[in-house]
Amino acid sequence: MNVGDFTRLGAAAISSSVRSGETTPTEVVRAAFERARDIGAGADGLNIFLHSDEDASAEETRGLRKRLDSATDVGILAGVPVAIKDNIASLGLPTTCGSRILAGYVSPFEATAVTRLRANGALIIAKTNMDEFAMGSSTENSAFGPTRNPHDVRCVPGGSSGGSAAAVAAGITPIALGSETGGSVRQPAAFCGVVGVKPTYGRVSRYGLVAFASSLDQIGVVGRTVDDAALGLEAIAGFDKMDSTSSDADVPIYRVSALGKPAPEARAPDTEAMRIGRSPIPLPPPPDATTLKGIVIGKPKEYFPDSLDPAIKAHCERALDHFRSMGATIRDVSLPRSPLAIPVYYILAPAEASSNLARFDGVRYGLRVDPGSGLKAMYGATRSQGFGPEVTRRILLGTYVLSAGYYDAYYKKAQAVRTLIADDFRSVFTSGVHAIFTPTTPTPAFPVGAISDPYEMYLNDIFTVTANLAGVPAISVPIGRVRRLPVGGQIITAHFDEYTMFRVAYALEAALGAEAHQ
Amino acid sequence: MAVTRDDVLHIAELARLGVDQSRVDALTAELSAILAHMEVLSQVDTTSVPPTAGVGSGGTPLRPDVSSAPLMEGTLESFAPAMRDGFFIVPRLATHEDSAESGA
Amino acid sequence: MSRERYEMVVGLEVHVQLKTRTKAFCACSADFGAPPNVNTCPVCLALPGALPVLNEHAVELATRAALGLGCQINPISVFARKNYFYPDLPKGYQISQFDQPLATGGAVAIGKDERGTDIRVGITRVHMEEDAGKSIHDRYPGATAIDLNRAGVPLIEIVSEPDIRTSADAGAYLRTLKQILQYLDVSDVSMEEGSLRVDANISVRPPGQTKLGTKTEVKNMNSFSAVERALEAEYDRQCALIDSGGRVEQQTLLWDGGRGTVRPSRTKEGSHDYRYFPEPDLRPLILDSKWIEDTRHDLPELPDARKKRLALEYGLSSAELDQLLASPDLAEYFEAVARESKDGKGSYNWVMGEVSAALRSSDNDIRQFRVRPADLAQLLNLVRDGTISHTAGKRVFALMLETGKPAAQVASDEGLLQVGDQDAIAVWVDEVLTEHPDEAKRYLAGEKKLQGVLVGFVMKKSKGRADPKRVNQLLSARAG
Repeated sequence: MNVGDFTRLGAAAISSSVRSGETTPTEVVRAAFERARDIGAGADGLNIFLHSDEDASAEETRGLRKRLDSATDVGILAGVPVAIKDNIASLGLPTTCGSRILAGYVSPFEATAVTRLRANGALIIAKTNMDEFAMGSSTENSAFGPTRNPHDVRCVPGGSSGGSAAAVAAGITPIALGSETGGSVRQPAAFCGVVGVKPTYGRVSRYGLVAFASSLDQIGVVGRTVDDAALGLEAIAGFDKMDSTSSDADVPIYRVSALGKPAPEARAPDTEAMRIGRSPIPLPPPPDATTLKGIVIGKPKEYFPDSLDPAIKAHCERALDHFRSMGATIRDVSLPRSPLAIPVYYILAPAEASSNLARFDGVRYGLRVDPGSGLKAMYGATRSQGFGPEVTRRILLGTYVLSAGYYDAYYKKAQAVRTLIADDFRSVFTSGVHAIFTPTTPTPAFPVGAISDPYEMYLNDIFTVTANLAGVPAISVPIGRVRRLPVGGQIITAHFDEYTMFRVAYALEAALGAEAHQ
Repeated sequence: MAVTRDDVLHIAELARLGVDQSRVDALTAELSAILAHMEVLSQVDTTSVPPTAGVGSGGTPLRPDVSSAPLMEGTLESFAPAMRDGFFIVPRLATHEDSAESGA
Repeated sequence: MSRERYEMVVGLEVHVQLKTRTKAFCACSADFGAPPNVNTCPVCLALPGALPVLNEHAVELATRAALGLGCQINPISVFARKNYFYPDLPKGYQISQFDQPLATGGAVAIGKDERGTDIRVGITRVHMEEDAGKSIHDRYPGATAIDLNRAGVPLIEIVSEPDIRTSADAGAYLRTLKQILQYLDVSDVSMEEGSLRVDANISVRPPGQTKLGTKTEVKNMNSFSAVERALEAEYDRQCALIDSGGRVEQQTLLWDGGRGTVRPSRTKEGSHDYRYFPEPDLRPLILDSKWIEDTRHDLPELPDARKKRLALEYGLSSAELDQLLASPDLAEYFEAVARESKDGKGSYNWVMGEVSAALRSSDNDIRQFRVRPADLAQLLNLVRDGTISHTAGKRVFALMLETGKPAAQVASDEGLLQVGDQDAIAVWVDEVLTEHPDEAKRYLAGEKKLQGVLVGFVMKKSKGRADPKRVNQLLSARAG
């Protein structure tokens, strides 16, 4: 397999090719690393990878080879190289969360999501760069330097999962894991012209995901195409007894939704074969006037303000036209409390973070700076040298809103408004609307260093953060270029209805075709 | 509500952030500016709206009282900054009476 | 002077370790005494990415304890984070419960006042939380050693109403609590081992005033008597302060057992802002109301109720019962014996007498005691109906202890069975009267004082097996 072929293949195709013996995992991984070198994934290039070890990967690849040879069921991602955001615990490679306070830390246990990827035959080849502790929208807050957008190296890739989005956009891996708290998978996916999924809260285990804001965090999937993201989510979703907030709802075969069938109960032919990737999914029929027949898509007015960039607006309208031509009905809806989402988010997330990051104290692991004047000085020196300015700012903010005298006015109030935001979605989804469509971001990627005001940076999340607050699933799909930079369209559905979310996303991707990247 | 310099010193202490004195004024301004954006929430009527206690329904799952191996690779020494005779070692507390009132 | 002028008002916060096999939120062993840090895992080490999962048995034991203390169980309770920094608190927060605890509104009776009314102490709440690890300050110079084996062990915190009025009552409350929790088998409740810890809140006020005075918190007491002494010391200090025109300040004080004084802790007030918020990693604890009822139903009988019942059923006095009930296992043994033998007083005497003596000398546990209740009951019956004499009974008991054989068998083997058979005794009496004609003649003529001698001859002839009562009866009858 040459590198050129490799960068065009989706995960399902790679997996099926490896299972059939047409390709070996070694060839695949070699191609991935070659692509990484060509594109400059390291610190002196685009700074996508924080840690990778070609030799260790070779070891793992040999292990997979043995499993294949012994005809063990190797799963749906056989031989597929995957990159993992550096706040997800993995064995072997460090987990630093983009922070000095965890520089060099190698986790002695692995995240459930990573274990499941491996069980499905995936090969973890690298840990990717990110905003420190997932706090940021540009990957500029990494202690190890920013990542550059493969489409325009002067620009940010978005954040906080910038490294993962860039890895997929650069063609190094077809799938990467990221994490979502306020949009940190969808926004960088949109900036990098790839697909990004935030699952329903509780859909994917958080065990091994370094916590930022526990009631919002989810591991998300970046994919080259909708199919890659669907396959990735299938591999990692499902109940985990190690995570008390994980859901025991069934995990449907998401890829079946590509065939346009309305519900998972209507099992598509050759389901078993698709499940284990032994043969490629039957090519879905080209979209036609019936592909989305019966589907009602909501267009919330709060996400199409007059101030929206006209070029982004135009791409959204084009997407909506495609929905209509596939038989969907577009309905104007309202999510009236959406403008309150940023204030709510920036009270709740820092509050939880201030507590979650208290464990970084230099006592049991990670950085310790000991000025030699006792314990308290050790705490202060370790945390002041270990945390960057944005993390420090958010811990202060979070501590403040939880502190005596302010809890009711800020934290408790924000939790109540959060209920109202979730209610807005509930109202829309119980009124006959199957999916909501919005732009993913208000702008395309901006140049590194362009935004220095913290609150201005927070506004990047304006269209994404409501889904995290409500816990509903959402996906960003490329819908065009603005001034030559990618932009995304977002599809949001009800809790645990990722099936419909993928169905609409598959249809849009197929309908747009090459237009998505123009 | 504007954040004061004393507020910042107090919360930096609560959070053991060791914030440098030279940064305090800048941080005070930044936090005040950010919190100003949150004021809009005080105008929202939330009487009889329950706070979201996290997403998801049902009670917390329960685990049987059975011990199991810790599912960890390697030793504590592989990541601990300082250990001796199996203990984690930290610099001495300034007053060791703090142990009696650590809250437990 | 102070005693008449000011009333002591005390509330106690007691932390109790639950005796589960594993910790509250992870599957590490909760056992005591392992080498440092061997009972740890990502969760209780607070490694990045670890998450808590609640121990079912901890919930059971906590609920049992709360029910045993007369509390209402809240079917929905919520965990909360209590945030503060300490090296043996790995996460930088403790998972506890705050405004929606497991249980509220109970009470315990700690004794009776002069008029014979129960003295009751209210229980404000019982909630679940996790323990911190151990910090050891004097093992290495200039450093503190941290052992996280204890971090994450499940605790309940029992908060009393400020209903305690004397230091003696504080001691009685603690003893009552300990006994109840032992009966419920939820904890080892040992202050020495650290499975029971006490903090006190104390204020004073002029008698008759309903408004509470400013309270101080007293910590670092490591025995029940230390609690009593510390309360006395702090009461005296507060009274003296007020008498001299000062005001009691809210603060935390540490008991110094060596000096017999309390002194202020050096941590600034207000520096403990715990910033409680609901624990997002755990959903609320939801308890099925049928399960709560079943748990209530299955509660072992508590000391108070047991005492009342035993007094009624077996006619034992309060003092006797207190002695017996000090050990729940011994009380159970007693009951088994009493039920079988249908002799409460007799069972009591044997259990507190021979059995307790044997336990003491062999350092044995009543649960492994060789003489089973049914066997002791049989022995009691044999003595009571005269089959063996009381003296022989003691000997039989000793042999039962040694051999594990049942009473009847031992008595028979040793030839200790008394003969109560009328005819057999009559034969012996006749033989004695024949063999000792002088004494016989004088006795039958009316010299009653010779009865003892003749009984002695019969006993000797029967090798001690004749029932002396019967012998006396028969001789008397002969005398006419």
